[in-house]
Amino acid sequence: MFKLLRTRIQQGHRTTAYPDGPAPALPERFRGRPVVAPERCAAGCRECAQACPTGAIRLEPSLGVDLGKCLFCTECASACPSGALTYGGDYRLATRERADLVVDAERELRLAQALDEKMRRLFGRALKLRQVSAGGCNACESEINVLSTVVWDIARFGIQIVASPRHADGLIVTGPVTENMRLALLKTYEAIAPPKLVIAVGACAISGGPYLDHPEAHNGAAAVVPVDLYVPGCPPHPLTILDGLLRLLGRLAER
Amino acid sequence: MSAPGGVSRLQRLKSGVAVPRAELPDLPWTDFAEAVLDGASRGLRVVAYFGVEEGRGLRLHLVMADDSAAQLAVGTTRVDGDGFPSLVARCPQLHLFEREIAEQHGRRAFGHPWPKPVRFAPPFGAGHDAGRTTALPGVTDFYQVEGEEVHEVGVGPVHAGVIEPGHFRFQCHGERVFHLEISLGYQHRGVERALLGGPDRRSITYAETLAGDTTIGHATAYCEAIEALAGTDVPARASALRGVALELERLASHVGDLGALAGDVGFLPTASYCGRIRGDFLNLTAEICGNRFGRGLVRPGGTGFDIDEAGLRRLGERLDQAYADSRSAIELLWDAPSVMERFEGTGVVPREVAAELGLTGPAARASGLDRDARRDHPSGIYRVQHIPVALADSGDVFARAYVRWLEIQRSVTFVREQLEAVPRGPVRAAPGALGPQRLAAALVEGWRGEICHVALTGEDGRLARYKVVDPSFQNWSALAWALRGQQISDFPLCNKSFNLSYCGHDL
Repeated sequence: MFKLLRTRIQQGHRTTAYPDGPAPALPERFRGRPVVAPERCAAGCRECAQACPTGAIRLEPSLGVDLGKCLFCTECASACPSGALTYGGDYRLATRERADLVVDAERELRLAQALDEKMRRLFGRALKLRQVSAGGCNACESEINVLSTVVWDIARFGIQIVASPRHADGLIVTGPVTENMRLALLKTYEAIAPPKLVIAVGACAISGGPYLDHPEAHNGAAAVVPVDLYVPGCPPHPLTILDGLLRLLGRLAER
Repeated sequence: MSAPGGVSRLQRLKSGVAVPRAELPDLPWTDFAEAVLDGASRGLRVVAYFGVEEGRGLRLHLVMADDSAAQLAVGTTRVDGDGFPSLVARCPQLHLFEREIAEQHGRRAFGHPWPKPVRFAPPFGAGHDAGRTTALPGVTDFYQVEGEEVHEVGVGPVHAGVIEPGHFRFQCHGERVFHLEISLGYQHRGVERALLGGPDRRSITYAETLAGDTTIGHATAYCEAIEALAGTDVPARASALRGVALELERLASHVGDLGALAGDVGFLPTASYCGRIRGDFLNLTAEICGNRFGRGLVRPGGTGFDIDEAGLRRLGERLDQAYADSRSAIELLWDAPSVMERFEGTGVVPREVAAELGLTGPAARASGLDRDARRDHPSGIYRVQHIPVALADSGDVFARAYVRWLEIQRSVTFVREQLEAVPRGPVRAAPGALGPQRLAAALVEGWRGEICHVALTGEDGRLARYKVVDPSFQNWSALAWALRGQQISDFPLCNKSFNLSYCGHDL
């Protein structure tokens, strides 16, 4: 008992002050939102697009990166001879629409807007989610699990991962949706009472990621269920996922 | 050895060294079968057994590991008919390999005692767009126990936790489990098929996501196979950084799993502390490369990132802090009677069963099998820097947990030593073109156990076959065995004590 108490004191209080205080420090080399400078592109240069494993780079009409396909591997930035493409430290990446996931020089990334008034009344203070991995490699799954640890403690926001779709208000989908999980994903979705939400976490669940256009998979969750929130990354940092969830619930709207 | 025969017919080679495919022995079936059985009786382990399409026939490739000689033994045989004789009855560790060959190439293993699909995937060459020719996953005959008071429990593919999908079918008498059958394949993404014709710009990404929690382990095995085929010498500094990353991956997983085991027996202090500390170890990897799972760190020819002296010092300081926190959190387990009562004697895998099933990793070492690829088939930094093997003998949940704790201590010591003496120099050599018509196998001790990658090139120097064996492939059978005679309510605890990969198995 004495040892238990001593350990409790040693381990200390670890829950982050975020979002009221600062977010936990990200690693110096964190690869967040890409920054593009198309004016630096040499005419006809395709180095970045040729280096990209998933075809996430758009060259026409001007340089852009599709965060839905991007693995944040930075092969494009390494290949770029003119520094037109770099990866910054901004962890905020989640959007409500698939089309909003393109980063280019034309406009600001349209981060996820909050649910409408009615849905916020329903879910704003208590959101129960069931997670389904449909071909996920266990990296996204691990980062979702991390949100329930003492550091992030999503229960503070009334968000909880529950054991059954019957207890849930929505789904978090990871993985490219393998053919072998398609039916199970659909059945889990159907088992949730409406209205319900679907959150696609990671490049696989948004676009197929590395498994883009594999005949064994379906290029992500949207092929089977309607998606309400897209959280890019491979895997996304827990802070990126939490940022997306809180935006969806209208708890970060002013930031 | 006297008369040449048996296992001596196989070609000897080292892990991480390429050989011309023409030098591989082409054995008639009887000699091939004799070599496998003779090898197994001498304690060699089957690390890969797979087919390569050859005209209208199929060439079976066998890779065995001779741990005491630090060698691999490779042989091939050609199958022309619609199948080949099963050797499972005399060599149980082949059971899933034979089922896999049957599924991937549409050739039966005659006499296999339980010939079922492994992944419910169409044969090589045909994707799912060819139409679903196979059964739905999990829709199959299961081993059944009959009797008035016997009942069956089905769990999955969607589970209660945030975890990958798989189906578990229990035959129970009251609370007691007679038999558990595990049916997987839900995560099948077609990785081996997609690697054919490579390497290309996506290949390393496949390796990194084969089992995402083993990014460093699989990426290292992939790179070692490719580097062997290309004849690339990896700079010493890169080898050291790869070793550091592999041990950090082990630390994060072991600490996280000990916390999860505590959670499964309702011991919340360790569960909550370890959940956090796992993140501290992941953040150390992110300090090197920006990604908590080490994506982008291991690259053919070396590493994609370097780290300066100040960075290495910072890593060491943070490692010490994370280790101090781990020690105080984990040692609570061994002093808590409520934990030990649940850990001890639960989910026992006896040593002889572990050997017959060909287990690897902490699961094997917890049953007293003294095997560890870092010592037995060392590559990279492990050739010059040694790490002691952690062993236990009771084969229960406690042994699997305690071996993990011993490994945490030894990995921390190892990483600390490496950080203080990282060789100077570049971190990446340009990987050249792959040699044509070659085979290379690489064994890497990931945190779950031994990862085996076998790469074969064709005339054009492109990958003609790529075989991945995740440690989960062998070790899932051990979980089924561990449940025999157990309370069904101990399933989560037993499962977590192995914490096997679904996608690593399903590929």
